[in-house]
Amino acid sequence: LRKNVEDFTGPRGRSDLGFVTFDVTADILKRRHGIFDWNVKQLFLYLSAEYSTKNNALNQVVLWDKIMLRGDNPRLFLKDMKSKYFFFDDGNGLKGNRNITLTLSWNVVPNAGILPLVTGSGHVSVPFPDIYETTKSY
Amino acid sequence: AMLSLDFLDDVRRMNKRQLYYQVLNFGMVVSSALMIWKGLMVVTGSESPIVVVLSGSMEPAFHRGDLLFLTNRIEDPIRVGEIVVFRIEGREIPIVHRVLKIHEKENGDIRFLTKGDNNAVDDRGLYKRGQHWLEKKDVVGRARGFVPYIGIVTILMNDYPKFKYAVLFLLGLFVLVHRE
Repeated sequence: LRKNVEDFTGPRGRSDLGFVTFDVTADILKRRHGIFDWNVKQLFLYLSAEYSTKNNALNQVVLWDKIMLRGDNPRLFLKDMKSKYFFFDDGNGLKGNRNITLTLSWNVVPNAGILPLVTGSGHVSVPFPDIYETTKSY
Repeated sequence: AMLSLDFLDDVRRMNKRQLYYQVLNFGMVVSSALMIWKGLMVVTGSESPIVVVLSGSMEPAFHRGDLLFLTNRIEDPIRVGEIVVFRIEGREIPIVHRVLKIHEKENGDIRFLTKGDNNAVDDRGLYKRGQHWLEKKDVVGRARGFVPYIGIVTILMNDYPKFKYAVLFLLGLFVLVHRE
């Protein structure tokens, strides 16, 4: 799993808004028994950003998600993706925040049975710049 | 003789003592069921350990009628990606959606936002007026496992009361007449 990221923040009144562009390369089949076995109906994949701020000890924001059904191509090769959901902080904790960790995880949805949440092994640490970006947007 | 007459003969043959015995039997079955339910509530930490999915907002993962098994242990922190069942203040019907965002303070107070997989937007429009986040107190439980289709019976009983009465009547009749 590998991600490359470019990002900046814009001022939006009370809350910082982060803009992140990323690439995702993932090969979901690379596991011992293959994750898509007979009892797996779908995988709900999501890319989440985790970070700490002055206001909140732990923040997690889902930037992007995708449903991968059994039978879909298990290899992901996405480039220049924009986040699907607004990356608002609860406050102004994104500006100058050096340590935002992006992780790819997925929820295994079986035909019947347990619903596990699995975290992918690769993760990327991303710093936000110290100043707001006022000219750019998506 | 027709089948129905044989069955009525059986009932007439039972004297009062046997009838009371059957009623007590019935009471025991109901009490055991209640005890199992309460036990589940304690073990899972949830006030409603089993719920039926009522809408299509989590398709294609869950459909109307699927049964979800919940836990609500305080030691399990709420994290993004989890499927939570929550109630909006003042509303009875619980909603099953996924956690999209969390902001947690050092002392453990957490505010989070949810969204149905099949919905285009997050749930803020569903919350109470002026409410922007959900809190731990709104959570009924986290979905840990599920079984498809089985809950359709409860939905049918809810939507068609005559069906519910028919089921209850037949069940009661069966227990009263059954000799064991």
